[in-house]
Amino acid sequence: MDFFLQLTINGLVVGSIYALVALGFVIIYKSSGVLNFAQGEFLLIGAYFFLAILENARVPLLVALGLTVVSATLLGLLMERLVLRPMIGEPIISVIMVTLGLSSILRAIVQGIWGTDTHPFPALFESSPIQIGPLPVSRGYLFSVVSSAVLLLAFTLFFRFARVGVAMRATAFSQQVALSMGISVKHIFAISWSIAAVVSALGGVLLGALRGGVDGSLAVIGMKALPVVILGGLDSIGGAILGGLIIGVLENLSGGYLDPYFGGGVKEVAPFVVLVLILMVKPYGLFGKVRIERV
Amino acid sequence: MLRLENVEVIYDDVILVLKGLSLQVPSGRIVALLGPNGAGKSTTLKAISGLLEAEEGEVTDGAIEFEGQRIEDLPPEKIVRRGIFQVMEGRRVFEDLTVDENITMGGFTRHDRAELQRDREMCFNYFPRLRDLRGRLAGYLSGGEQQMLAISRALMARPKLILLDEPSLGLSPLLVQEIFAIIGRINREEKSTFLLVEQNANLALSIAHFGYIMEGGHIVLEGEPEKLKSNEDVKEFYLSGGGKKSYKAIKSYRRRKRWLS
Ligand SMILES: Nc1ncnc2c1ncn2[C@@H]1O[C@H](COP(=O)(O)OP(=O)(O)OP(=O)(O)O)[C@@H](O)[C@H]1O
Ligand SMILES: [Mg+2]
Repeated sequence: MDFFLQLTINGLVVGSIYALVALGFVIIYKSSGVLNFAQGEFLLIGAYFFLAILENARVPLLVALGLTVVSATLLGLLMERLVLRPMIGEPIISVIMVTLGLSSILRAIVQGIWGTDTHPFPALFESSPIQIGPLPVSRGYLFSVVSSAVLLLAFTLFFRFARVGVAMRATAFSQQVALSMGISVKHIFAISWSIAAVVSALGGVLLGALRGGVDGSLAVIGMKALPVVILGGLDSIGGAILGGLIIGVLENLSGGYLDPYFGGGVKEVAPFVVLVLILMVKPYGLFGKVRIERV
Repeated sequence: MLRLENVEVIYDDVILVLKGLSLQVPSGRIVALLGPNGAGKSTTLKAISGLLEAEEGEVTDGAIEFEGQRIEDLPPEKIVRRGIFQVMEGRRVFEDLTVDENITMGGFTRHDRAELQRDREMCFNYFPRLRDLRGRLAGYLSGGEQQMLAISRALMARPKLILLDEPSLGLSPLLVQEIFAIIGRINREEKSTFLLVEQNANLALSIAHFGYIMEGGHIVLEGEPEKLKSNEDVKEFYLSGGGKKSYKAIKSYRRRKRWLS
């Protein structure tokens, strides 16, 4: 039982970070219809950048986080401006290919700067766990879960109630009609790219802290967002959250219980098996919107 | 208020659609723009609102002047802020937003909260049916209700000029009557100016103060509604609905030169 509980908690912690990264994915998809394959690199850059600030500037944790957020915002704006804006009006599939290219370029740049070795993360939290009921929970885990939860809630409310949030959904429906309302589609894209870059960077920092170090494999984890969002429904924020948690827990449980029998690797495969099963029943994902079709 | 002078529009760098179109919309008026399918009516509206930009279309010649200033090179979001709002053909509501959210988007460029709230009430007064549908996804509304929503969205922007593209499209005659009556009311009560594109010439001329008839990318006839209605050719082609020949084939048609100052 203890083993099960431990695995589940681990799963929820990692899952909440997946959810955060998936949120970035969904935001870009929702407003522009583009799947951003450079999302993993956003994670990587965020984590490295945070590390660099922490090591070189010796500033408090929160300041380093703040600076990471600022630079991620700039990164998102830059990507949108340099790479995606020239592509406005081109077929979506071309734009998606561009993000694939972007992913390779960013990865090369990151490797050029930081190399391929694992950079250890400094211990950000005291190692003594916090007692929640009968369970001892590590401070790092708690910080991860709480900050992911706060961010996810904030963005859910933003899309539901904020004018700009609603405008982002409107733009997702039709750019031309959004333009006719006086909504600047360019601004909307810029906002979604910077939000995506910020949540990914924070996800990268949290993951780095959890794993105790950063290397290129973090970008691979970033792409876990793909099964997460497909599971949750590409355009649903609630779906991204639940999808993230489900995949996180599934991974840990299947890894914990089945890996000994299969000699490892189940953890990586299990989410995709579940994904396929769910998509057979719900082709739009758990919460994807079924297109309104009427004549 | 609005002046188009010899406007030329080209799509995709090669397709010439507007060929020197000129028209004027005076403040406070309803001006009807009539013509057969493919004449370039929607293109004219999109040239004014800047929405051509989203369709690889471009104003390549001539001038569009609004309140004395050239606007043909402005992006659509700036044109909305100047006070021109287009209700696109086919209603184009945000289907996966609620009625309320659609109305909010209409007022996107404004920030005066209290006034916005009052204008939302005004929309519900003009279209009481929408009030009960506030929380409903717009995609599930009937065609008529969507048209009401599209017009409400325009009202929320408090535009000086509303470009209305075929509001009668696909609606039952009774509903069309109702919507046109409300357009007339909005014009009188809110002092909104309209440039109204229609296939249904009779109806459009019944509320318009002035009418233009266009064909093949330019204006072929213009005048007071009464004059247009009594014009034999207009009767034959647009009011009886049985037009076969083109205006160009009619001897009495004479293209007038405009604004050759
Ligand atoms: N985006 C576009 N790209 C290329 N050609 C276009 C485009 N939009 C319209 N056209 C062409 O321009 C011409 C005029 O189209 P427009 O939509 O302005 O006509 P309309 O008068 O509004 O017709 P309708 O009454 O059918 O709505 C048509 O021949 C059409 O094929
Ligand atoms: Mg048209």
